[in-house]
Amino acid sequence: MKIIIDQDKCVASGQCVTAAVDVFDQRDEDGIVVLLNDNPPEDLAADVHQAAAVCPALAIVVED
Amino acid sequence: MTTPVYPMTRAEGCPFDPPPKLRELQDEAALVKVQVFDKTAWLVTRYADQRKLLADPRLSADVSTPGYPSQTAMAPKSDDGVGIGFILMDDPEHARLRRMVTAPFMIKRVEAMRPAVQKIVDGLIDDLLAGPKPVDLMEAFALPVPSLVICTLLGVPYADHDFFQQNSKQLISLTATPEERGQAHGNLGAYLYNLVGEKLENPGDDLLSGLTERVKAGELARQDAAGMGVLLLLAGHETTANMIALGTLALLEHPPQLAVLQETDDPKVVAGAVEELLRYLNITHNGRRRAVLEDIELDGQVIKAGEGLIFPNDIGNRDPSAFPDPDTLDLHRDARHHVAFGFGVHQCLGQPLARMELQVVYSTLYRRIPTLRRAAELDEIPFKHDGSVYGVHSLPVTW
Repeated sequence: MKIIIDQDKCVASGQCVTAAVDVFDQRDEDGIVVLLNDNPPEDLAADVHQAAAVCPALAIVVED
Repeated sequence: MTTPVYPMTRAEGCPFDPPPKLRELQDEAALVKVQVFDKTAWLVTRYADQRKLLADPRLSADVSTPGYPSQTAMAPKSDDGVGIGFILMDDPEHARLRRMVTAPFMIKRVEAMRPAVQKIVDGLIDDLLAGPKPVDLMEAFALPVPSLVICTLLGVPYADHDFFQQNSKQLISLTATPEERGQAHGNLGAYLYNLVGEKLENPGDDLLSGLTERVKAGELARQDAAGMGVLLLLAGHETTANMIALGTLALLEHPPQLAVLQETDDPKVVAGAVEELLRYLNITHNGRRRAVLEDIELDGQVIKAGEGLIFPNDIGNRDPSAFPDPDTLDLHRDARHHVAFGFGVHQCLGQPLARMELQVVYSTLYRRIPTLRRAAELDEIPFKHDGSVYGVHSLPVTW
């Protein structure tokens, strides 16, 4: 699994952090997405896919 | 066939369900022409299309874009030049302004506020239990919780709550005249403009004070700081208050669902319940609105530049292709992908705060007052058919 984020698109909704807190974080100054792990273990796959699905800005792409 | 008029009315005796006409139109077609105020616009009836189009940069949220389907005559700015923030702007200016206020709403900052919110909720429940009954839950609990929270976050004196609650209600009323709404907008705009002025002189540790740094740096006009204040104050209390009161009423009408919240200690169950209530009630029942900047093809049909789009998220959240058995309130369902907060770059900025407040309320109120019940017949309760945010004007309860 490989995750690509787009910080320019991100609108800081925080939905990805709620879905997968071990994989996504938010920048202190403006809440924009930060990737903690671009290749997380398989047992987090469902959470990561949900994070991408609920991102309102389509700023997360997951390649399996 | 005559063009249906939007918005439609709910069915008698079904206060939690979207208008039946919306379900009918959703079954019929993905795009339906509707009459709205002074023009026609396309109603986007289905969940998947709502998500797809709301994330499309070829749409504009600016009321002055040709084709924008306003519900009524709208003045985007008050007489003093105070707008209502970035909600009616497009990128890149929308993104620039929104990013100035995203930090306080990030998950870890909101989580840090949870103990303070729990304390507010517990204190208000103490007062309820010590006070007379029956009592109006809207007035005594549902409005004070989010008002106290957003006042603290923004740096607005809570003592002014009668003023801003009254004017907020007027500003989003569907039955107020344009003059009355303009008056309410002017009142809130002037109030926030003055408050920003005070914080320019004496900054504190709050969001509005943070914005004054931007004003001093020349990145933000004082009117625009005030406009963001209007938006956040309005969005911060009116919506959550209605979710608390209407959510409580919905749970009282569905005792097995109420029991789910009374019997759990699991924050995941509570969080899931909040998502399902957001989906099921979808209180922003007046449709998200956009104008089309370039031709867009959907479902073999071309939506032309200069046309208007309306996204009734209430029926989107009841689309059986996204939520099986959609008209059933089921707190154990996975409803996380609902569109109650909208979708796309304008999706609700305050959603982490709203979720946390609702989690605290729903996990506390019905456990501390397990015999809570309606003190009026369902058909005597005044529902907000007249507001762009749905809910109840009052909710008499006893225990």
